[in-house]
Amino acid sequence: MSLPKICGIETEYGILARGLDITPMTASSLLVNAFSEDGLSLRAWDFADETPAADARGGWRPEADYPEVDVLMSNSVLTNGARYYVDHAHPEVSTPECVSPLQVVLYDRAAEEIIRDSLNRANDRLGSAGELIAHKNNSDGKGNSYGCHENYLVDRSLPFGRLASLVTSHLVTRQVFCGSGKVGVECPREGEPRPPFQISQRADFFEEAVGLETTVRRPIVNTRDEPHADPERYRRLHVIAGDANMSEVATYLKVGTTALLLAVMETLGEDPSATKWPVLLDPVTAVRQVSHDPGLTATVETSRGSASALEVQWILHSIVRRWLDAGAEDPIGGCAEDVMDRWSRVLGWLESGDPRSARWVDWVAKRRIVDGVAARSNLDSDHARLRAVDLQYHDMRIDRNLAARAGLETLVAIEAVREAMTVPPRETRAFFRGECIRRWPDRVVSANWDSIVFDSGEPALQRVPMMDPLKGSRAHVGDLLDSVNDVPSLLAALGSSAVEDVVFDPGW
Amino acid sequence: MQERIRRQNGTENATEDVAETVAPGSEHGERLRDEIDDLLDEIDEVLESNAEEFVKNYVQKGGE
Repeated sequence: MSLPKICGIETEYGILARGLDITPMTASSLLVNAFSEDGLSLRAWDFADETPAADARGGWRPEADYPEVDVLMSNSVLTNGARYYVDHAHPEVSTPECVSPLQVVLYDRAAEEIIRDSLNRANDRLGSAGELIAHKNNSDGKGNSYGCHENYLVDRSLPFGRLASLVTSHLVTRQVFCGSGKVGVECPREGEPRPPFQISQRADFFEEAVGLETTVRRPIVNTRDEPHADPERYRRLHVIAGDANMSEVATYLKVGTTALLLAVMETLGEDPSATKWPVLLDPVTAVRQVSHDPGLTATVETSRGSASALEVQWILHSIVRRWLDAGAEDPIGGCAEDVMDRWSRVLGWLESGDPRSARWVDWVAKRRIVDGVAARSNLDSDHARLRAVDLQYHDMRIDRNLAARAGLETLVAIEAVREAMTVPPRETRAFFRGECIRRWPDRVVSANWDSIVFDSGEPALQRVPMMDPLKGSRAHVGDLLDSVNDVPSLLAALGSSAVEDVVFDPGW
Repeated sequence: MQERIRRQNGTENATEDVAETVAPGSEHGERLRDEIDDLLDEIDEVLESNAEEFVKNYVQKGGE
């Protein structure tokens, strides 16, 4: 039997500081720290004495108040179980652990609203001094890329080599429905055609099939082995080959289809060849070929002969279909049949050129706007105005955002999104993390994915490990949390086997 | 190739079953075209006034 596919998304946002002479690190730090008010989050490192200052002359001099070192401090855990921090030179939100692709959409949308809320707070304080602007995209169009990563809980017994080779076929060809689209080509290769518009933001940046890196010589399959859970039982597949999506359906299908295929892999047994799974012979070439072909006719070489990306996708769909029909349990929180239905619909629409694909697929929606603007103003295909359309499709300022005006279908109501900004999922350990931070913010010294450190007033800090992502749910600890009124009684109720003294606290 | 792969996998009816196609000029196509026309009508208000400058200054550090 496959594991429930606990999953999440971490998104690095593009950041601009208009009118301010500050580094992107400082700008990101301002954004993250702007949210750390009103008990909305907890800074994992304590710097209670820090005082953000309004400049008496009007505006704000952030550099004076937030020296570079504070970037390290801009690392917070939210009451919804998410992590909100500065990664390199970008603000990043990692969703809490979710049980279904629909829940991932909800918390990814909540992350967008957290970024918007932070922008509003920071810009209010900046006043006329300047403006922070953020984009949910993956490239600046000048050869610099930043990521939107997915994480999936995978059974450790699935051999990694097999996982890597099987999942690559999907990561390369799923671009047809979850690419976010891009004007132009970055990192061009000699002799390669340069289409004016391509399917993916990220495809130009992959140089290896499998590897450990994420910032240089990026691999399609990342080998980072950091399960944030019991390493004997679990693996965390860290997927770096995906675009940040504005379309909720695209995020839903990206996560849902990938999770389903991983679940199938876990149950293949000794002989995976029975599925006739198509394996790509040259994935590094294929990822660019697929992205550079919005006409969707190019073929890539597979173990079953050459096939278009859509053909590979139909085969993968049929593999999951047969697996579900044979009686497999839904591993993605009750979304399996809906994902299968939407997956086949979007493939059919893309195949026939049905305009309805523009309701779900970011690159199709973006391309309609780019083509429309080009046609109306008779612009060359690399005109700056078209690149501005590309950027502003992802703009987090509502009045500048084009995706919100593109007619995309939504899956989650704004009221639910607002609630998810502060309330954790009930079904995973994110519930315990978020609830402890909400209830006892002064007693949680630090938290990360697999533990929480408490100060209960004893000489030693106390760590509660959470090595199983499925434990710490509301069903598991809800009553216990409701039965105690402070941290010492919480730790007593958990019992000594669940709590350990902290000798040295490395924090995150 | 497409047909061959589909038959092998027993999903030859997939497109017919679930992906009803829409001829150009159909209701869906027209509604989407109207929406995009509305969007293009207001694009000058949404796009940065100096698109060239905005695009030129949009430089990010690589991440991850």
